[in-house]
Amino acid sequence: MFREEWSRLLATLVRQLGDLDLAEEVAADAVTAALEHWPTDGVPTRPAAWLLTVARRRALDRLRRDRAYAARLALLQVEVDRAEPAQLATDDGDVPDERLRLFFTCCHPALPLEAQTALTLHCLAGFSTPEVARAFLVPPATMAQRIVRAKRKIRDARIPYRVPDAATLPGWLPGVLRVIYLIFTEGYAASSGADLIRDDLADEAIRLARILHRLLPGDREIIGLLALLLLVDARRAARTGPSGELVLLADQDRSLWNPDLIGEGRRLVVAALTGSAPGPYALQAAIAAVHDEAATVATTDWPQVVALYDVLGSVAPSPLVELNRAVAVAMVDGPAAGLALLDTLDSLGAYHLLHATRADLLRQLGRPADAAAAYRRALELVGNEPERAFLTRRLASLPQNRAMPGDA
Amino acid sequence: MSIWGSSADAGVKIAGEALQGVETATTVRVKDGERVLTDGPFAETREVIGGFYLLDVPDLDAALDWAARCPGAKYGSIEVRPIMVFDTP
Repeated sequence: MFREEWSRLLATLVRQLGDLDLAEEVAADAVTAALEHWPTDGVPTRPAAWLLTVARRRALDRLRRDRAYAARLALLQVEVDRAEPAQLATDDGDVPDERLRLFFTCCHPALPLEAQTALTLHCLAGFSTPEVARAFLVPPATMAQRIVRAKRKIRDARIPYRVPDAATLPGWLPGVLRVIYLIFTEGYAASSGADLIRDDLADEAIRLARILHRLLPGDREIIGLLALLLLVDARRAARTGPSGELVLLADQDRSLWNPDLIGEGRRLVVAALTGSAPGPYALQAAIAAVHDEAATVATTDWPQVVALYDVLGSVAPSPLVELNRAVAVAMVDGPAAGLALLDTLDSLGAYHLLHATRADLLRQLGRPADAAAAYRRALELVGNEPERAFLTRRLASLPQNRAMPGDA
Repeated sequence: MSIWGSSADAGVKIAGEALQGVETATTVRVKDGERVLTDGPFAETREVIGGFYLLDVPDLDAALDWAARCPGAKYGSIEVRPIMVFDTP
């Protein structure tokens, strides 16, 4: 319940305090205080304002105690005194949304791209460090160090907390778009926990994409990203069964797909593809649209999917694109052709879906022993329970894993 | 006072600042009129410092804007780094 409040609180505090670490500390203090008081005193009328007040009080306490911050405190008080009061509170007295500002700080080009995405997931999506690490397929210790370094550079090199002006905005966008995309994919297939889909993350990513689209309505890659998220999200209700288990695209009840989201996504995808060479998000949105337009897996226009992946692979080469392309090739040319492509993707060795996909193709090729080994490898690497359960069921359904008639 | 510390009194030292570490560096180049930022110091160790400017600006973005306007950004790279600020005892 605190995730939504957390990022808003943090963004507001960062703006007011000008220090990410301090903002994080006092935001955590405020949440701790809320957990203490709210159950007995009741939830205040304006929870966000309550949290902000407590956090700011803690911040002033800390600044007074810390000599190193003395100069900053003087500056802060001047700034707070003359700060635009209208922007520090909305008309209804609630706390305004400052997250876009923090977004652009976290995605500042003076930070390495990998740090930008990590920091944004941490500060804006409220990911723990291990969750961020899984999203990037790196060890938690590596990720912790990456986040600390990024925060240190923001502080020491004085990366500002502000939304860039119209002239510099386009150069900063690819990093921001990638971050939103990663938040969405984390929401769509959670890296850990009991739920396959974390609705809050998928909703958050779509919300951020809509904000960006409103800010820059003419940017076709933002349109493409928003279209992609909507077209994939349209299948959310069909993607899990009654007890939260994973349902593959092939087995989904397509009547559960959300026609409003598909309609909006398809309109956007046309706009994203119209004009000069489309970008990677527009192309992925086009692929999602092909799936959403088909009544069944069998009647899906797979050659068009392969063709779109070909273009995508030339615009934005990535092993993940090749993995998806291999699946589409398997649908057009058979499992052996798909498997041959997967065998070239060594760099995805730690990604459970590579092994799950291999297992599936091996099963189709009548090689149950090899399929079982691949499912086991996927099971070692998978993070969330529904995917684990799905892989376990698949493994158990292989012929060699059934009890032999002679066994006793 | 150390021997080095007396250099100012001796009327020898004109100016000097300690730079913060390379992890605070951001490099600016201007290619075909476009500003290109790199999230670190000069990539090539062969590149050598040809000069320096000391700017007083509120944040990194302001420093990067000025660096991109410097003619040197077209022919080489401009590394932007903050100076150290020491606590006065």
